[in-house]
Amino acid sequence: MYAYDELDRTLLHERVEEFRDQVKRRLSGELTEDEFKILRLQNGVYLQLHAYMFRVAIPYGTLSSKQLRALAHVARRYDRGYGHFTTRQNIQFNWIKLAELPDALADLAEVGIHAMQTSGNNMRNVTSDQWAGVAPGEVEDPRIWSELLRQHTTLHPEFSFLPRKFKIAITASEHDRAAIRIHDIGLRLHKNADGETGFEVLVGGGLGRTPFIGKSIKPFVHGRDILSYVEAILRVYNQYGRRDNIYKARIKILVHELGIEKFGKEVEEEWQQLRDSALTLDDAAIEEVRSRFSYPAYEKLPHMPDELKQAAHDPLFERWRKNSVFPHKVQGYSIVTLSLKPVGGPPGDATAEQMDAIADLADRYSFGEIRVGHEQNLALPHVAKRDLPALWKALDKVGLATPNVNLVSDIIACPGLDYCSLANARSIPIAQELTRRFANHDTAGLIGRLHINISGCINACGHHHVGHIGILGVEKNGEEFYQITIGGRADESAALGTLIGPSVPYAEVADVVEDIVEAYLALRDSPDELFIDTVKRLGVEPFRERVYATR
Amino acid sequence: MPLVKNGKIATDIYVHVADGAELPADDAILVPAARFLEDPEALLRRPGKVGVVWPNNRDLDDLVPYLDRLAAVALVFPSFRDGRAYSQARLLRERYRFQGELRATGQVLRDQFVFMLRAGFDALDVKKEKDADAFAETVKRYTVFYQPTGDGRTTALSRRTQLRHSESASP
Repeated sequence: MYAYDELDRTLLHERVEEFRDQVKRRLSGELTEDEFKILRLQNGVYLQLHAYMFRVAIPYGTLSSKQLRALAHVARRYDRGYGHFTTRQNIQFNWIKLAELPDALADLAEVGIHAMQTSGNNMRNVTSDQWAGVAPGEVEDPRIWSELLRQHTTLHPEFSFLPRKFKIAITASEHDRAAIRIHDIGLRLHKNADGETGFEVLVGGGLGRTPFIGKSIKPFVHGRDILSYVEAILRVYNQYGRRDNIYKARIKILVHELGIEKFGKEVEEEWQQLRDSALTLDDAAIEEVRSRFSYPAYEKLPHMPDELKQAAHDPLFERWRKNSVFPHKVQGYSIVTLSLKPVGGPPGDATAEQMDAIADLADRYSFGEIRVGHEQNLALPHVAKRDLPALWKALDKVGLATPNVNLVSDIIACPGLDYCSLANARSIPIAQELTRRFANHDTAGLIGRLHINISGCINACGHHHVGHIGILGVEKNGEEFYQITIGGRADESAALGTLIGPSVPYAEVADVVEDIVEAYLALRDSPDELFIDTVKRLGVEPFRERVYATR
Repeated sequence: MPLVKNGKIATDIYVHVADGAELPADDAILVPAARFLEDPEALLRRPGKVGVVWPNNRDLDDLVPYLDRLAAVALVFPSFRDGRAYSQARLLRERYRFQGELRATGQVLRDQFVFMLRAGFDALDVKKEKDADAFAETVKRYTVFYQPTGDGRTTALSRRTQLRHSESASP
């Protein structure tokens, strides 16, 4: 966990007071809605279909139990008793009142949580691997660098009014859980031949109307230079990114129009001017941030405790363990994913009671720490294996032990037309119907790893392009239709999905997905071949034939 | 539109000369970039001070050769949400060491003041009277800054390392 110091806390309180003044000026009419809009967006406040929506940042997906309780408090006190975890390590509250927002922010500031730059055309929440610091084989903890970047990007005097939003993600593992290739800047931490820490820098990834996979702009930027290098990219973007058309304003379009070589050359020229400056991080500065991260005092525990051996006789426990429990870098410990995808429920939602319960369980079993992943699930990152049976029972009681992590019903979905003013179609009811169709966990287990991503419009908040099966809501003559793609992925082999056929009406989406899954089961060469690998081997055509033969 | 200069409401000494308008004899003038570049030497020979209004979509390269003879550069915020001039301001101050008046014009509102000062502006054409009146209290809002810029404010990171250094040095 990163512990805020006096300076971080002071800045947060200063920001809350500034926002309180801005809300006051809006309510008195001194600010027009147009002027206020940009200010509220800088603080994560959107105007949605029914009410203001409030998006709170969970930098690099790390939460303390105290912070999670504060989020539960906000859900209960200012909202309707629940929150929605997003694909970018944020949580959203959908029913908040403008006049109460400054108080909600002040309550969150007490525990070091903020909503700065969770929307608007600025540098957004810096995200990272939800298993950072605990994943076996990780090069080093990427959160040190995430925090350095979080600070550097917060209220940046040059880059708070960019052409469009700007998202940075960092991973330090071979397997990319942070989806860095679909970010404006993706940073892959690795070491050079001298054993020094640095980053491969990817730029220009993003989804939305014109999706691109990020391109490598530099194979190794030394850690001490990462702020100046990011600053150089931002400066080129701020000056040359398009501002004439909101749909062409992301950096991916600039990179695409200039080409990565020319863009890279511009950045390199700028960087040569910037690199030897106050932006260079010396060891003391890096150490200073590193020292504010605390790590649990792990015990020396057996690999296979008796509690686990005994519980292995319970098939329900075993099913959950095999699905939701993952290896930890320390012997005797596990990482446990908490599915926020119950059968029939909206993906990523948690009630205030669940949040409080998770906070209690984190205190008891996970050194008070919780993680948030871009798949809209939570994780307890340091659970002793001997505690797994007890934890499972406790999670099951509050509906958080659905054994569907990474399976067909572990769906990523945006809020869609139920909440969002941009949406063309509903997402949540599609997800709910699919979880009911695939409610049988044995069947889901047989199908194996399969990611379904749903967006209610072209803005792609549900990352449909990179779902193994992607579902995109569109509007046709006033009715909801859905385009379906297959073969997308967001990991280290990131790829955009391919359209499988004509769009289908709302009522047929679940049938089509079932048909795609049927086709996969018939086409895979063995039960070990994952859906995504079958699509890669055979292409879209055999799926198209089977799914559309009778349509 | 009140001018706030070096933290105080000030009288604008510059005559804003439009394209094609007649030049005043000796007064300080603020001229559009295109007019300035037509014949910069002629303008710079005048006895009065010369400032240039530089658009935010034009490279600074054409301006740089004249910087040490210009008394002012005004950068433009055509809308609140267009932040290109922040980069231009930092480049003028930090890379090209421009020492004259650096003025923000256009949609200049209270909520940008701190960003603008940090980027190197020392004169603001503030759009609303009320915002200009609130200048002093607005710029006191923040005492912690994460980024190093040319304004010389100490960053949080260097305050921390200094603190750490002094702690370890004490007995």
